[in-house]
Amino acid sequence: MAILDIQNLSKSYRQAGGDITVAIGNITCQVEAGEFVSFVGPSGCGKTTLLMSIAGLLAPSSGRVTINGKEVAGPPPNLVLLFQEYNKSLFAWRSVLGNVRFGLAARGDHSAAAEKKARLLIELVGLKGFEKHYPWELSGGMQQRVAIARALAYQPEVLLMDEPFGSLDALTRLELEDTLLRLWAELKTTILFITHDIEEAIYLSDRIWVLSRRPSQIIQELKIDFARPRDQLSTRAGSRFMELRNDIYRQIGSPATL
Amino acid sequence: MTGWKQINWRGWLAFGLLLLSWELGARATPKLQLYFPPVSQIFAALGQALMAGPVAQHLGITLGRFFEGYLLSAALAVTLGVVLGYIGFLHSLFETVIELLRPMPSVAIIPVAILLLGIGDSMIVAVTVYATLWPILINTIDGVRHVEPTLIDTGRSFGLKRRQILWQIILPGAAPYIVTGLRIGLSIALILVTTAEMIAGSKGLGFFILDEERGMNSANMYAGIVLVALMGYLLNRLFLLLEARALRWRHGMRVRESA
Repeated sequence: MAILDIQNLSKSYRQAGGDITVAIGNITCQVEAGEFVSFVGPSGCGKTTLLMSIAGLLAPSSGRVTINGKEVAGPPPNLVLLFQEYNKSLFAWRSVLGNVRFGLAARGDHSAAAEKKARLLIELVGLKGFEKHYPWELSGGMQQRVAIARALAYQPEVLLMDEPFGSLDALTRLELEDTLLRLWAELKTTILFITHDIEEAIYLSDRIWVLSRRPSQIIQELKIDFARPRDQLSTRAGSRFMELRNDIYRQIGSPATL
Repeated sequence: MTGWKQINWRGWLAFGLLLLSWELGARATPKLQLYFPPVSQIFAALGQALMAGPVAQHLGITLGRFFEGYLLSAALAVTLGVVLGYIGFLHSLFETVIELLRPMPSVAIIPVAILLLGIGDSMIVAVTVYATLWPILINTIDGVRHVEPTLIDTGRSFGLKRRQILWQIILPGAAPYIVTGLRIGLSIALILVTTAEMIAGSKGLGFFILDEERGMNSANMYAGIVLVALMGYLLNRLFLLLEARALRWRHGMRVRESA
């Protein structure tokens, strides 16, 4: 059974002028436990609205989301959403360790072992030695690492990621992609990832859903079967990779395909 | 923290020169000494008055009223501000009342307080509470309303309940605003305590200053003024010390932002 089941999800807003905008058209898809799946779509296609609805932070206009067979009505306990804006989602008044411990405390883990677990996670995301730093003392990439560690500390069955590397420079982005894949393989979390970066989606995912422009709909599903662990150079250099990239780009890259 | 290197020696030197020119000016014009006694006389009077007893007692009374009024007001204003900032409906209900009352010079409330409470401690404390309330209330409401929505969504996604979000996210997130309000409130509380004591007190530094003026003891009057100034200065320093401790996480951030 799919861990995450999205049935006929749609979301419309009434705008200030009274007009109704349909952000999400009608989306149906399933994610299997342990999978790494991505939505890829042009910017402004309602990706964030989609993730917020799945995360139970926004009520959908119609359709339903179930996790492990339980319908989502409000933030579900076994799922967490990681935002793109790490500088807005980290707690400025908590140190790196404090932020990661928050993830454990939110799970109800206030034990003495919690600090040990938090330190381990900080090490896993490559921030050993920065436990006592405050977020503003870290670079963007490091801050997003803290946010990832905090999310994983919550031990979610499903981790939703909203363009988490979207505001990082290219090199940092590649580094973090590999960190994320390593953690995913180690912790066996299910990841639902959103990005407008086609190559990033291909590099990371088992499956990709290509989204149309607003109102967003799934226009194609692609299975990505590159061997793991993947490599930034060799995986991306293959001709199959190029083919997939071109294929997706043709569908969403130009407005003519609307 | 303020080390020796951060002390503004130039500023203190200028202040010293100011005192010196007062001293010399006063000595050069004996006729004016009734109005401007030499600084040395003022400090001598201050020392004497403190030793003699009543001034120390006045100081104690003023401080007592200040702390009572300020702390009461802070507790009230922060609580009210959090509630109004968090619950949009209540905010829209009270917004106009706040906007209309806030700009009124708070000393105008003193006659009302005398009418209701008579002259005495409770009147002075009540007036202080009233005046101090506004800056703290406004800043707390602002702070709560300005907490980054992504932070709140993050809390919700981590399964935090409304109450937990309030304590763990809204309050620390609004803390810098709240502290600003508390700092402004501190000065206002001092002004109101002193003013109310001048109008309707039979004790306290405000009363002392006015009483010495009426008795033409200008050196004593100035001694009282120096004492309130000193009190304000030290209370502000104490506040900054506590603030730096409470908002330690912001300290370096501010340095970097202003760099």
